[in-house]
Amino acid sequence: MAKIELAHGGGGRQTQELISRFFHHYLDDPEIRKLDDGAVIGDQVFSTDSYVVKPLFFPGGDIGKLAVCGTANDLAVMGAEPQFLSLGFIIEAGFDVADLGRILCSIRAAARRIGVRIVTGDTKVVEKGKADGLFINSSGIGRIRFPGGNRLGMDRMSEGDRIIVSGPLGCHGIAVWLARNEFRLQSRVVSDVAPLWPLIRSLLDFPITFMRDPTRGGLAQVLNEMASGGRHIGIEIDERQIPVSAAVRTVCDMLGFDPLVLANEGRVVVVVADAAAEAVLQTMRRHPLGRQARLIGRIVRGHPGGRVALRTTLGTERIIMPPVGELLPRIC
Amino acid sequence: MIDRTIDARLAQTLRTFPSPRPLKVMEVCGTHTMAIRRAGIQQLLPPQIRLVSGPGCPVCVTPDSFIDRAIFLARQGYLIVTFGDMLTVPGRESSLAQERTAGADIRVVYSPLEALEIARDSNRQVVFLAVGFETTAPVIALTLLQARKKKLANFFILPGNKLIPPAMTALLTERTIIDGFLLPGHVSTVLGKDGYAFLKPWAIPGVISGFTPAEIISSLLRLLELIVHGRGTVENNYRRVVRDQGNPRSRAAIAKVFTVADSDWRGLGNIPASGLELRSEFARFDIGQRVAWPKEKQRPAGHCRCGDVLRGTIDPPQCPQFGRGCKPGHPKGPCMVSSEGSCAAWYTYG
Amino acid sequence: MCLAVPMKVIEIHGEIGIVESHHVRQQVNLALLGDVKVNDWVMIHAGFAIAKLNRLQADRTRRLLAEAGYIPCD
Repeated sequence: MAKIELAHGGGGRQTQELISRFFHHYLDDPEIRKLDDGAVIGDQVFSTDSYVVKPLFFPGGDIGKLAVCGTANDLAVMGAEPQFLSLGFIIEAGFDVADLGRILCSIRAAARRIGVRIVTGDTKVVEKGKADGLFINSSGIGRIRFPGGNRLGMDRMSEGDRIIVSGPLGCHGIAVWLARNEFRLQSRVVSDVAPLWPLIRSLLDFPITFMRDPTRGGLAQVLNEMASGGRHIGIEIDERQIPVSAAVRTVCDMLGFDPLVLANEGRVVVVVADAAAEAVLQTMRRHPLGRQARLIGRIVRGHPGGRVALRTTLGTERIIMPPVGELLPRIC
Repeated sequence: MIDRTIDARLAQTLRTFPSPRPLKVMEVCGTHTMAIRRAGIQQLLPPQIRLVSGPGCPVCVTPDSFIDRAIFLARQGYLIVTFGDMLTVPGRESSLAQERTAGADIRVVYSPLEALEIARDSNRQVVFLAVGFETTAPVIALTLLQARKKKLANFFILPGNKLIPPAMTALLTERTIIDGFLLPGHVSTVLGKDGYAFLKPWAIPGVISGFTPAEIISSLLRLLELIVHGRGTVENNYRRVVRDQGNPRSRAAIAKVFTVADSDWRGLGNIPASGLELRSEFARFDIGQRVAWPKEKQRPAGHCRCGDVLRGTIDPPQCPQFGRGCKPGHPKGPCMVSSEGSCAAWYTYG
Repeated sequence: MCLAVPMKVIEIHGEIGIVESHHVRQQVNLALLGDVKVNDWVMIHAGFAIAKLNRLQADRTRRLLAEAGYIPCD
């Protein structure tokens, strides 16, 4: 690897390679090595994320809403109530101030909705051509609310735990992709970008072992991270239970995309002890963000390195690999 | 459309199909390979029956020289427009994805019509990489007719479309053992059942199939029946989409714009009358007429056995590079590059 | 070797058609097909309609499978 390629930002295998070969090599803190969505410091969680989405405005949201929800969700899936955010803006010279206003309005609305305070920030302006409009970095602090400071983690998952996904997959990925490319395609697909804490807060009393939001790289990436991050476990999921809307499926069929690798910005994967799974599912379904939650699979005993196996509608099995490369429409 | 109960019943029928001897069936079409692997259909095959993937993957059979020429054009400053599939195919030294990282202007499209729009909106010279089989060739033909009508002076193609029947004939002529063909569903919308008349002298059965698990399994079952009963016929099991006479308009579109020529297939070598070049009245759209290609250097012989995989003589794991030097993300050969390539499908789905 | 998706024709403007499936709409070129009418279903490949779906045959497929002891559904 001599140069960084687009695929390195895809969230899949190449991203993991980049992180392990370079970032972990130089940045050697035990917290960073955990590859969690955020760092646990006492009873707080600290997280950061950068937003480079194009286009800046897409059906269902914009880069501002994404910046607030995305970082808040990184905290939420660690079991922490989002409390404070920072926002760093890198703006390209020539950017329309009206658009900046729209984005800030969106940020304000999202922050209010979540009840999070944006307490510090920074702005830089770079030459035209150096920032593709606008980039935003957002960092956040939240307080762990799970009882007893219950630390969620991949190492806490065990054989028999059930896996729940909170709603249909791929909406954000497809909405953004269509907004970027058109292809004379119109759809009603809208990004699922939303704050997850209100949904996750309703699960505080349940024996949840791990949660993660399937952003870049989608469900396939998260499941593979779980299988390799957990202790001697594997994952089995049931293809019939994976929720994908008919519209997303149609667009995927047209372009040759796999819904399992598409990004989501308002969905959470929840791992919970078997005995509580049904109750968690019902609790999630009572919440607007979890109405279409599904039990998609379970943690099984596996070997080190783990694998994710999918049971097909035919009753056969196939392996779900971590996503590779960038999303490209195929003709064949 | 089809109920799970049907899927389960068909699956069971395939599992228990009584084959009197070892049989080898070739699925010609790369999209069938993907569909079969995604549904795990190969796991349903009884041990005597082997399913091999044939050369119907345009990415897999596009030779190094095509990619190298596209890269040459990109480096010369042409705006390259391509289907997504071609982006990661390795040429001799580089790939279009790597060239794009290095700054070349390479755009991915879903339809060749978008390439026309790019040409119209740009003062750059735009070259569309024309690949695909009989399904895609009429689409590209109509695109060229539009380019001519719009009098676009900055739109060109790099011709690379190929034809399926000559490749199948080449495999059979080489005495490759194939007991039956699962025939490509969408190529067949153009060729029709009648387009496979060339199989008659070989007396090898073929079944045109759709792409859902139920359609593929029912087509395989029918094909196995034909093989076991010694019936060397071609049947159409995709009647809701494929007409026996195919689509004469699509064939006419191809004939209007293209002419048949010998063509190099990666892994299979040169196959006579198997590729599409532009007719003389469309020559001005052929970028090859305007450019002096650099001398082609031969790729050093490695251990890539893509050719044998394409012929169906070995399974992907039998290639020494499989899973070692050659993986999705770091493909050495085309069978691993394309998500439909036998090796990529095998690696991903098992 | 080709991805093609069935979609329903909802508008025709000369050679151009608007097709739809599950509220996904696309503008496609119909020039490869002869007599396309609104409400026909067509297979879409690379922005073109390449074949018309034969509803009679589609029903026949379902019936044959049903006779073979399977239960079709829509």
